[in-house]
Parts: sequence; structure tokens; C-alpha cells
Amino acid sequence: MPIPSGLINLIMKLTLKIWRQENATAKGSMQTYSLDGVSPDMSFLEMMDVLNEQLMEQGIEPVAFDHDCREGICGSCSMFINGEAHGPDRLVTTCQLHMRKFKDGDTIHIEPFRAKPFPVIKDLVVDRTAFDRIQHAGGFISVNTSGNTQDANAIPIEKADADKAFDAATCIGCGACVATCKNASAMLFVSAKVSQYALLPQGQVEATDRVLNMVKQMDEEGFGNCTNTGACEVECPKGISLENIARMNREFLSANVKG
Amino acid sequence: MSSLLSSTILRKVAMALSGIFLMVFLLQHFVINITSVFSATIFNQFSHFMGTNALVQFALQPVLIGGVIFHFVMGFVLDIQNRKARGTRYAVYKGSANAPWVSRNMLISGATILAFLGLHFYDFWVPEINYKYIEVLPEDPNRYHEELVHKFEDLTRVVIYVISFFFLSLHLSHGFASSFQSMGVNNKYTPTFKSLGKLYAIGIPLGFAFIAIFHFLNH
Repeated sequence: MPIPSGLINLIMKLTLKIWRQENATAKGSMQTYSLDGVSPDMSFLEMMDVLNEQLMEQGIEPVAFDHDCREGICGSCSMFINGEAHGPDRLVTTCQLHMRKFKDGDTIHIEPFRAKPFPVIKDLVVDRTAFDRIQHAGGFISVNTSGNTQDANAIPIEKADADKAFDAATCIGCGACVATCKNASAMLFVSAKVSQYALLPQGQVEATDRVLNMVKQMDEEGFGNCTNTGACEVECPKGISLENIARMNREFLSANVKG
Repeated sequence: MSSLLSSTILRKVAMALSGIFLMVFLLQHFVINITSVFSATIFNQFSHFMGTNALVQFALQPVLIGGVIFHFVMGFVLDIQNRKARGTRYAVYKGSANAPWVSRNMLISGATILAFLGLHFYDFWVPEINYKYIEVLPEDPNRYHEELVHKFEDLTRVVIYVISFFFLSLHLSHGFASSFQSMGVNNKYTPTFKSLGKLYAIGIPLGFAFIAIFHFLNH
């Protein structure tokens, strides 16, 4: 189908510099590709799909990258684009980033999320199971499902606390906070998970063990120290607040005092 | 100490506490020094008290030196750990897109302050220790103001001091509010803490710079 004349002017030609790494043990490097015919209406991942079609036609291995829902919910996509986690837009994941944020002739640097606890598996795919292990260490509540469990909706919770807990619960665990933090700190992620339960009565029973175990696991994974730059909050696609980190610090200190 | 070094949160709380301690000391240091602008007598009285009081000399001074050493050593240790946590560095990293320069470069401002402290100790602390404990010269409660003014007769020294105070201001502008966040204080009063932090971070270094320039111009 011919491209409408008005759209032809908007079609972009881009230079892509992408991290290529054959496997977890191979040495990677930035490779340069030229891509023509990119529409500003494409999402960033659609642009990557077009690139991969082109690479396959040329007999080149396509670029491996994580993706799933492509609507900003699953937290799978994880690219570091032009020096920012999920690219230059705010409050979006890479799949929600659109090519209209770029212009014809741009050079775009695409790298995997980098942190020691997020080793590269292949190209732009990183292993983020460190987050799963932190979650397993305490990011849950234990509720008997015997049939006598109290209905959660019957427990009164202050609106302000419910709102804050819900805000914390919107964390999708994508790892942008770690990727963007100059120290590769995971404090924003862990604090969101701790806060989500710390603010609700259901989370009080295991509150002490939860924060101690989750922070211990976070430290064992080798994430860096938080220095309160606030970069994580800015780059977080869900706008998780630094207030959660302060709450986690309080919970942690209080748990240490309780022993 | 081992649990302190193994927990990221305890490390940041320890940094915050030592930072708050040093900020309190800095305020006290400024209050005494600013009197040198208005009255040589009052400055001499304060300095003589601080220089001869046993509690200050043998209890508070070692704690202060310990606090300074801890804050700097911990700062360097944390920076090494944080670099390790990143692993492979990014080819392109746009730090300015999401965090101010001062918050990302506390090590640079801190290292500059450390270098300044070397000069400051050489200028005032070493001669003082030499006067009192090595040469054991007779007590002179009126010598302090003259010694202070004498140091700031040198333009190069004044310029170095003013530049150092600028870096101190940068360090404090992030450090003040950051220390409260590390201690778990982030609530409706946080904007007030941030405003107070800005006031402190600008006011105290500016005041110290004023003292140095004032004595240079009036010696």
C-alpha cells in the first residue's frame, strides 16, 4: 500500500547503536545499524520489530529483547535508551514509548539495564530474578484459606493509607530504578514492596520479618547503596515515590530495635 | 561494625548521623567565627574557652575528628561498593536528565572539602597543637584574633578558602535534606526541611567566605 504523501515527510531514518552479546559469558559490544521507514506512530518495540525483520532478511541474528504485554503492565521491557531507563519519556515503559519522541537522522543508543545483580543473558535481555528472590524473602502475607478468613473489604483502612498502599502496589518490578540509579540501588523497588504491606493491617503480622528479610536479600544480591539522588523516582514508569524509601528505612530501623 | 558494613540501610543511616553531627559542629564553628568580625575580645574569649576547656579538648575534639574520619572513609567505601554494583558501565548515561549534579557528585565535593581540611588543619589546628602541647608556650588568651587575621592576609589562601566554601555549599545542599530522608523522615514537613537545608547550605558557607574576605580587606 502506498504511503500517504503527508506521512512521507514524517518517516524517519535512524542510526541505532545496540548492545549485542551472544550469551551470558560472551563479550558484548555496541553494533551500529541503519533503519529507514520508521513511522513516528510506531512504539519503540515496533521499531525494534522492524529492525529485526530487516536483520533476518539480511541473514543477521535478530536483537533479543524482553517484552510481553506491550501495554505498560507486565514490567518485561527493559531497555536503556539514550542514557535513560525506558527512554526519554516520563511515566512510561519502553513499550509505551513512541518514535515521535525522536526525529529523523537521530542516533539512538540502546543498551540493556546494567547492574551486577542483573547479568545480561543475551543482547538486551537481562536476568532480573534477583527481584523475584527479594520478593520471595518477604513480599507476601500469610493468610489461612480455611473458609474462616475475614473478608479484606470488611477491615476499615484509612483512605490516605489505602491510597499510598495502592500507589506502592503499582510497582511492576521492571528494574528501571536499579538501571537508572548511579549506584545500581534497588531501594525503590524493595521499599515499594515493603510499603505496600506496611501500610495495611494485613501486613502488620509479618512486618518485622518482612523488612529484615527483604533488605537482607537485597544486600546479598549485591545492589548498591541509595544516595538519595531521586533519579529512580523520576525514571520509574509508575511514579513510585521516594517516600517509600523513607518508610522502609523507618520500618528497618524499628525492626532492628525490636530485634 | 560488621553488621553496619553489611547493611545498605545501616550504612546510609550512619552516613546521615555523622553528617548531621558535622553540620551541628559547623554551625557552632560559624557562630564563634562570625564574632571575630564584630569583636576581637568576644572571639578571643570563645577561642580561649574552646582551646583550654578539658571537655572540649579531650572529649569533644576526638569525637569530632572521629566523626570527620568516619564520614570521609565511609563515603569512599560506599562509592567503591556502588561502582562494583553497576558492573559494566553504560556507553551513554544521561545522569543530568533525572538528578541534579550535586546529588550525583557528592564524592567530588566531599574530596574537595577533604583537601581543604588538610589546609585548614595545617593553618590552625597544627599550630595550636604545637603551641599548647609540643612547645608548651605560656597561655595567652588574647592571641587568637590576631592569629586568625594574620592567616587571611594572604590573597591565595582567601581564594582557596572561598572556592572550598563553594564546594561545601554544594555538598550541604544535597546532604542536609538527604540525611533526613536516610533517617526515614519524609512527611509533610519535608518541604520545610528542604527549605531549611537550602538556607543552611547557602548561609553557612557564605558566612565563612564573608569572614575570610572581611579579614583580608581589613587587615
